[in-house]
Amino acid sequence: MTFGLQLFQFILSGLTTGSTYALIAIGFSLIHNATGIVNFAQGEFVMLGGMFMITFHSLLKLPMLPSFFLTVLSVAAIGLLLEFGPIRRAKSKEILILVMITIGASISIKGLSMILFGKNPMTLPPFSGETPLILFGAAIMPQSIWIFGITVSIVLALNYFLKKTTTGKAMRAVAASRRSAMLTGIPVDRMILLSFTFSGALGAVAGMIITPITTTSYDVGAILGLKGFSAAILGGYGSMPGAVIGGLLLGVFESLGAGLISSEYKDAVAFLILLTILFLKPSGIMGKGRLRRV
Amino acid sequence: MGKKNKIYLLAYALIIFLVPAIWKNNYHLMVLNIAALNIVVVIGLNLLMGFAGQISLGHAAFFGLGAYLSAIFTATFGFPLWPTIILAMVITGMVAYAIGIPTLKLEGHYLVMATLGFNIIIYILMIQLDGVTGGPSGFPGIPRLQVGGFVFDSDRKIYYLLWTISVGTLLLSLNLIHSRVGRAMAALSHNEIAARCAGIDTENYKVKVFVISAVLASLAGSCYAHYITFISPGTFSFFYSIQVVTMVLIGGIGSLWGSVFGAILLTILPEILHAVKEYNVLIYGIILMVVLIFFPQGLFPVVAGIFRKRKDEARSGMELVPGKGP
Repeated sequence: MTFGLQLFQFILSGLTTGSTYALIAIGFSLIHNATGIVNFAQGEFVMLGGMFMITFHSLLKLPMLPSFFLTVLSVAAIGLLLEFGPIRRAKSKEILILVMITIGASISIKGLSMILFGKNPMTLPPFSGETPLILFGAAIMPQSIWIFGITVSIVLALNYFLKKTTTGKAMRAVAASRRSAMLTGIPVDRMILLSFTFSGALGAVAGMIITPITTTSYDVGAILGLKGFSAAILGGYGSMPGAVIGGLLLGVFESLGAGLISSEYKDAVAFLILLTILFLKPSGIMGKGRLRRV
Repeated sequence: MGKKNKIYLLAYALIIFLVPAIWKNNYHLMVLNIAALNIVVVIGLNLLMGFAGQISLGHAAFFGLGAYLSAIFTATFGFPLWPTIILAMVITGMVAYAIGIPTLKLEGHYLVMATLGFNIIIYILMIQLDGVTGGPSGFPGIPRLQVGGFVFDSDRKIYYLLWTISVGTLLLSLNLIHSRVGRAMAALSHNEIAARCAGIDTENYKVKVFVISAVLASLAGSCYAHYITFISPGTFSFFYSIQVVTMVLIGGIGSLWGSVFGAILLTILPEILHAVKEYNVLIYGIILMVVLIFFPQGLFPVVAGIFRKRKDEARSGMELVPGKGP
């Protein structure tokens, strides 16, 4: 295999994992825009996505499509409950306290999953076979096509929702200024609830599409959440296009790091590049410098 | 630091040094020894969180840096013990300075991301550089702590040393927050812009506090390595960083006595939760959430309030508690 082809192969596989990072990063951004908090339970949504899909599809033998939607609904409901319960009932609305509550939620979800699903890694069959397709001489798994396709459709649908529908516009208004949104009569609480629900759904999808490639277990949430968080920061925290670009780039860095340096160092390489970019352009790739009134 | 604090500190030290006389169980003493070290890390972190308004999710890395530098220099290269611990603190401090300078200049919580990334990189290096660190199987045979030929070779002996360091850290930190620097930091965490307008070099203070807190973590890490005599990367993962942040929050941000309480409570809690076997993670998470939801100021004010009258509390003010940042 020539070096160029090898590089192409690495980039392809990087874009595959990068797509899931992008979905996780969008989840982070949605919640951040609505509330200003970093939801550390985002990674657990991804883990739950994989686990529920395995439960519905492999254990209860439901067909693929109903399992898919049941999983999305279940994890979305968990996202909704996280906001409706702990976050809304919190006595302090201090960002740091709310962030730590999500860490508490993340630990609890992980603990509960360990009891419910056991400690062994589990996997899902790929959505449509395992015969690789050949694209310009590089092998590409059908599952990767699914991942690209689903990610692109979700990003487009979300974009349409946020730009064209009234509810979407209301969500963006809350992100722009919570107080002004409240003054214009937008039900801010409901928008925040919606952002948690959406993040749950996005996490569920990310978990379902990546599990056939990477397998899952009760404790994968933390590292996946971390990757999504980094992707969001890399692209410019809170920016939708930034989340997508950040996710894809992080995936590619990781894959190049694994392929060209060593697979043991792939996380280190990804984070090193992330830190370098942060030092050079702190607001992230798509982030805008902000002016602040004193 | 006020008469009240002096009395509290004296009483606290007295209780601490009486414990081993009553408590004979070595395992319990070991848990308390770990608590003493956690207190050092948590106090340092609370200085950063409560007084500089910044969060670090990488204190496990500084703790680990202290431990591994100490282990490598003494066991591999045969350096003398105490100078090595100082050297590890200096190196860790310089690393923290290098991370702090670019990140703390910026508005917002860039330190969180930078320290988190740093933690992961250090963790991977601990595993991968197995020629130097022993890799995933760990680093055995680290020399024990000793002073002038007296070797601290039992949990009971080392108890006094570690708790002296722990109480000493608390004493120095209480002094620090009641000094001019401490008041500047309190102003900074309350409102950074107002503090800057009042002529406080906020950037400089933030970096200094960050370096101090990293150096304290390094000290605790070195002591840990020379106490347990064996270290492995698992101890220094990102989860320890979360644990110490939790200890700060449970104790109460900005309250150093709270940090002591939080560190002791959360060091002992997992030991108690061993009894419930696989439910321990779930219960730990639920306790954390419940405390944060209902007692955002931490548990320490609640517990302290039981022993004190409200009026008394309002008048004297046990210590300088800064307001939260905007």
